[in-house]
Amino acid sequence: MKSQHGNESTTAEPVLPVIEPGHTYATITDKISAIVLARQAPRVWYIGFAISFVLVMLLFYQIARLIAIGVGLFGIMIPVAWGFAIVNFVWWIGIGHAGTLISAILLLLRQKWRQSINRFAEAMTLFAVACAGLFPLIHLGRPWFFYWLFPYPSTMAIQPQFRSPLVWDVFAVSTYFTVSLLFWFLGLIPDLATLRDRARRRVPRFIYGMLAMGWRGSAIHWHRYEMAYLLLAGLATPLVVSVHTVVSFDFAVALVPGWHSTIFPPYFVAGAIYSGFAMVLTIAIPLRKLYGLEDFITLRHLKNMGIVMLATGMIVAYGYLMETFFAWYSGDIYEKYMMINRMFGPYGWMYWLLILFNILIPQALWIRRVVTNVPALFLIAISVNIGMWLERYVIVVVSLSRDFMPSAWGMYSGTIVDYSVLAGSIGLFVCLMFLFIRVLPMISIFEMRELVHEEAIHND
Amino acid sequence: MEPTPLYGLMGEFDSPEALLAATRRAFAEGFRKMDAYSPFPVDGLAEALGSYRVTVPLIVLIGGIIGCLGGFFLQYWAAVIDYPIIVGGRPLNSWPSFIPVTFELTILIAALFAFFGVLALNGLPMPYHPVFNVDRFELASRSRFFLCIESTDPKFDRNNTRRFLETAGAHGVYEVEP
Repeated sequence: MKSQHGNESTTAEPVLPVIEPGHTYATITDKISAIVLARQAPRVWYIGFAISFVLVMLLFYQIARLIAIGVGLFGIMIPVAWGFAIVNFVWWIGIGHAGTLISAILLLLRQKWRQSINRFAEAMTLFAVACAGLFPLIHLGRPWFFYWLFPYPSTMAIQPQFRSPLVWDVFAVSTYFTVSLLFWFLGLIPDLATLRDRARRRVPRFIYGMLAMGWRGSAIHWHRYEMAYLLLAGLATPLVVSVHTVVSFDFAVALVPGWHSTIFPPYFVAGAIYSGFAMVLTIAIPLRKLYGLEDFITLRHLKNMGIVMLATGMIVAYGYLMETFFAWYSGDIYEKYMMINRMFGPYGWMYWLLILFNILIPQALWIRRVVTNVPALFLIAISVNIGMWLERYVIVVVSLSRDFMPSAWGMYSGTIVDYSVLAGSIGLFVCLMFLFIRVLPMISIFEMRELVHEEAIHND
Repeated sequence: MEPTPLYGLMGEFDSPEALLAATRRAFAEGFRKMDAYSPFPVDGLAEALGSYRVTVPLIVLIGGIIGCLGGFFLQYWAAVIDYPIIVGGRPLNSWPSFIPVTFELTILIAALFAFFGVLALNGLPMPYHPVFNVDRFELASRSRFFLCIESTDPKFDRNNTRRFLETAGAHGVYEVEP
């Protein structure tokens, strides 16, 4: 990043703006709230919603079958008892991390470019964590007993096993979801008040009015609000690091070769942020085009996200490199075999695809022409999304399928139910995203007004 | 005829700087029962109204301490007192394994305290408030800035306060019905 700054000053290229000039408090408010308050959504919205809704129905159908018949419908077997369910869980929860990073860490670092992307990135976090939570629940086999995971005065007189990472996971994920929800809703309150005041029809006015809880923009309220928002950001920041760390403990605390590794926590966190930014780009690029928001989500935002992707991608690449190094340096026969099996065994093609999608293709981001080219960024983001899913597949499935004893080895592959539940969860995510942009402002209106004010002072 | 009682008088301003200047003048003038309304947080406005103390951090700290201690002793009670069972040869109070959940619960309870604390301090939800009786006030969430001097202020006088707001730069002064 440093060298890039250097280039900028030598070639005297202008710094890309975070908001296009010529906007006032009123134009920003009207433009963003009009998207929500319009009677008709664009035609593309209906088409996209319909397609994703069909996938949600597919998801519900398969979940109903999985509960009625059993998890045997998945391809899971011994030794690979985790399969797609856990791959998808880790993939989704990783995607969520970018939302928290953008809303919390970039707020604390006073990065102005976060302000037009934080709202929908936070929504993305919530929906991704919701999709993630689905998988361990289905995978339980008897999801109606999920509450056994929590400590409560049970008539069976037993307690959860607090020394197990799987129990830590329950607390980490539910805390993550709750804190993300509170943070998101707190940010929404002033904007809900704006919608209440802008809505001309009775029903929306009433609903937004109830949700805004009587917010009136009092200076004393703003003062406390900003403090609480800042503190919530401070509280959410360690969550960005801790949640995927705890998820990585699910693997690292176990003894399976390819899992039992100290590099897992940092490498999982970097991977989470990597895949999360890829997903934010995947959503932001069509969204700004569809709703004509190029003034607010500018090339500067896309470029910065591309740079974050490149940086975290390099950390992930370092993780892969170190895993290989450890396998050789440990001198451990099982670790060494795991790595050879990962690269050249029956699943070897997946490993090389993962290297291609996750490491090689994103290297194009080093080129300035690519990182400011919108279609190229979109394609790279898709590539990273696929690559990160493959990474989790390689970690979960390849390690389990061949552990210590050759007599216990087995080959795993997903069934049609596995693939349709994965497709269904993507459908659920997209469907929730469509509903969100229809009924709530996808860009934080009050923070954009603040930005206009700051830019005005800046230019004076 | 006795004029109808008022909640206060509200002046409308077109920029955060104008609102801030007017608020400072009103405070210097001796008005205390007043509030300023803006579509986004304005630096220094709460201080100009005479409010310095923010109790939110204390509430969050208390929440965090409750979450931390509660979280640890929840696990201690479950693993040592209520259901003592030896796992992997570790002592019953194997505290390093209790750290992740303790940490998560610290964050969770502190965040809940922050969210509900700020709502409670701000007196929200509040379904009715007199300021919404002013038609122009719906612009307070869009582009305009308001200062409302309340009639309970000892210095409040219908005519003098109106004149004061006008000289302080208000574009319009509205009567706020209670």
